[in-house]
Amino acid sequence: MVERRPWLDILAHIILLCGVALVAFPLYVTFVASTQTAQEVAAAPMSLIPGPHIVDNYTRALTSAGVGSMLYVSLIMALTIALGKIAISLLSAFAVVYFRFPGRMFFFWMIFVTLMLPVEVRIAPTYKVVADLGMLNSYAGLTLPLIASATATFLFRQFFLTVPDELVEAARIDGASPLRFFRDVLLPLSRTSIAALFVIQFIYGWNQYLWPLLITTQEDMYPVVIGIKRMISGGDSVTEWNITMATALLAMIPPVLVVILMQKWFVKGLVDTEK
Amino acid sequence: MATLSFRNVKKTYAGNVAVIHGIDADVKDGEFIVIVGPSGCGKSTLMRMVAGLETVTSGEILIDDKVVNQLEPAERDIAMVFQNYALYPHMSVFDNMAYGLKIRKFSKEDIRQRVDAAAKILELDTLLDRRPRQLSGGQRQRVAMGRAIVREPKVFLFDEPLSNLDAKLRVAMRLEIMKLHRRLGTTSLYVTHDQVEAMTLAHRMIVMNQGVPEQIGTPMEVFEKPASIFVAGFIGSPPMNLITVTSSADGAVQTEDGVTLQIPADQIPDAVRGRSIILGIRPEHIALNTQGIAAEVEMIETLGSEQLLHARCGQSAVVVRCPTNVLAETAIKPGDQIHLGTDGRHALHWFDVETGRRVQ
Repeated sequence: MVERRPWLDILAHIILLCGVALVAFPLYVTFVASTQTAQEVAAAPMSLIPGPHIVDNYTRALTSAGVGSMLYVSLIMALTIALGKIAISLLSAFAVVYFRFPGRMFFFWMIFVTLMLPVEVRIAPTYKVVADLGMLNSYAGLTLPLIASATATFLFRQFFLTVPDELVEAARIDGASPLRFFRDVLLPLSRTSIAALFVIQFIYGWNQYLWPLLITTQEDMYPVVIGIKRMISGGDSVTEWNITMATALLAMIPPVLVVILMQKWFVKGLVDTEK
Repeated sequence: MATLSFRNVKKTYAGNVAVIHGIDADVKDGEFIVIVGPSGCGKSTLMRMVAGLETVTSGEILIDDKVVNQLEPAERDIAMVFQNYALYPHMSVFDNMAYGLKIRKFSKEDIRQRVDAAAKILELDTLLDRRPRQLSGGQRQRVAMGRAIVREPKVFLFDEPLSNLDAKLRVAMRLEIMKLHRRLGTTSLYVTHDQVEAMTLAHRMIVMNQGVPEQIGTPMEVFEKPASIFVAGFIGSPPMNLITVTSSADGAVQTEDGVTLQIPADQIPDAVRGRSIILGIRPEHIALNTQGIAAEVEMIETLGSEQLLHARCGQSAVVVRCPTNVLAETAIKPGDQIHLGTDGRHALHWFDVETGRRVQ
C-alpha cells in the first residue's frame, strides 16, 4: 500500500483537517462560551475570542451550581461500573472457559444473549426491580443494573481461550489451585485487556444518562451528565450558558484523563496480547 | 527416586475411541525410559495419564507401588517438561522455577537455595531476572527443566521437549538431558517421535504403534531384534528393507518375481522354511560384491560420510547404505548395474506376513 502520489497526500490531509475541524470546533465554542459572561454568550453573533471570565465561571460552576458533588457522584458511578463489570466478567469468563459443569454452554449463551438486552430495552422491568428493592437514589441502584456485562465476559472468554492449555497444566502440576492459577497467571496475563476494558467501561459509566435520570430524584445523587441537562432550563427562565459550558468541559475532563493516562495499555490491550 | 508401573492401562475417549489398548510395563528406579512412536500412537496420552492430566479409563498406574489413578497432578510428585516450554510469560526465570515451591510453602531461603542450585546446573544463573520472552529457545527449555528439577520429584516427564528447537541445539540439549539424568538419577519418562533421541537417551524404550506397545527393550535389542515389521521400519534410518519372499523347505529363498536370493543355509531358521515370509535387511548390512544378485541403481543420495543407493531388483526397491569411500573407488551412476549380497556378519530378520511379528 505504498503509493507515491503527492496530490493524494494533499487531498488526504485536507480531508483529515476538515474532520478535525468538525470535531474540534464545537469543543472550542464550548470553551469560549465558558470564558464569557452570560450576556456575551447570548449575543448574536457570539464572539469567538475567549473572554476574561474563566476563573469566575468555573468557580461558580463548582461551588454554587453544585458541579463538584455531581462530579463525585459520576466518578463513583463510573468507577463502580467499570471495576464491577471487570470483576464479574473475569470470574464468569474464568468459569465458562476453565470449568466443565453441566449447562456450561447454556450459561455462556445466556450471558451472550443479554448483549441484545441493554438497559434501555429492559428499562421498565429493571426500574421496577430496583424500586422494589429500595435502591432508588442510591449508588447501588445507579450501578448494579449496569454491571452485568456480556461484552466484557465475551472479551475475556476469547482472551482466555488463547492462553495455551499447557500453562494450565503446568500450573496444575506445580500444585496451583484454580483460584491460585486465576490470581497468579490469568490476571497478570489479562492486565492489558483489563486496562482496555476499564477505559471503555469507565466512559460508558460516566456517560450514563437515561438510567440515572429515571432512578435519581434527589439533587445529591445526580451525576454530572444529568446536571448539564438540568442547567438548560426551558420556558421562561434564562439559561446561564457560560456556566453550562463550563460544566460540560469539567464533565469531559475525567474521561479524557482516563484515556490519556491509560492510552499505552489501552492500545496494547486492543492490539496485542502478551503470551 | 521411584519406580513407575503400568498395569494393563487403557484409554478410551468419549465415543469409544480407544487410543491405548492396554500397556503393561515396569520402570525401574532411576531408569530413563523413552516412549517412541509416530504421531497419534498414544505416546503423549500415556504420559499425560502418568501426569494426571488425563484420566485412566482402566488399569492402574503406580508410582512407588502406590496407585495414583485418582490423585491430582500436584499430589503425584511428578514434574513435567512441555514441548512448548509452558513457562509463565509474566514471571521472571527465578519465579518460574520457584512457583511450584512457593505453592508448596517452602521457606524463602529454601526456595532461593534450590533455584540457585538448579540454575547453576543448567547454566541459568545469569538469567534469573529475565522474562521468558527475552530468552532463546534453548534457554527457555532449560528453564522448563529447571522448574522440574527444583521440586526434586519422584518422576520426570518429558513431552517431546526438544522438538521446538533447531537441529543443532537439539543435539546439544540431548546431551545435556543425558548429563542431567546421570547427575540426578531421577526416574524419567520421555516421549518423542525422533528415533535418534530415543536411541541415544533411553535405557529402555517403548516403541508404540496405534495404542499398542510393539516392543519394550534396550535400544540395541530394539535395533538388532525388532519385534515386528513396524519396529523394523520405524527404528533405523533409512528404514530396513522389507521384501516379501518365499522360502522353500530346502532353504532356497525367492522373491515374488522369481529372483533367487543367495542366503547361506545357516542364516535361515527352520521356522522360516516352506512358507511365504517377509525378509528384513538393514541398508547398512547389504554389501556390494560381484557375486550378488543384480540390481539397477535408480538414485543416489549423498550424505557426506556415506551414500544411500536406491536400487531396484526386479519388483523390489532396495536401499543400500555404504561409506562414501567405497563408492569413490568404483564410481556408480544412476542406471548402473550393481550386485548385492549380505555382508554375512549381521543377522537377517524374518517377519510373519500375516501378523507382522518377528519369526526366530
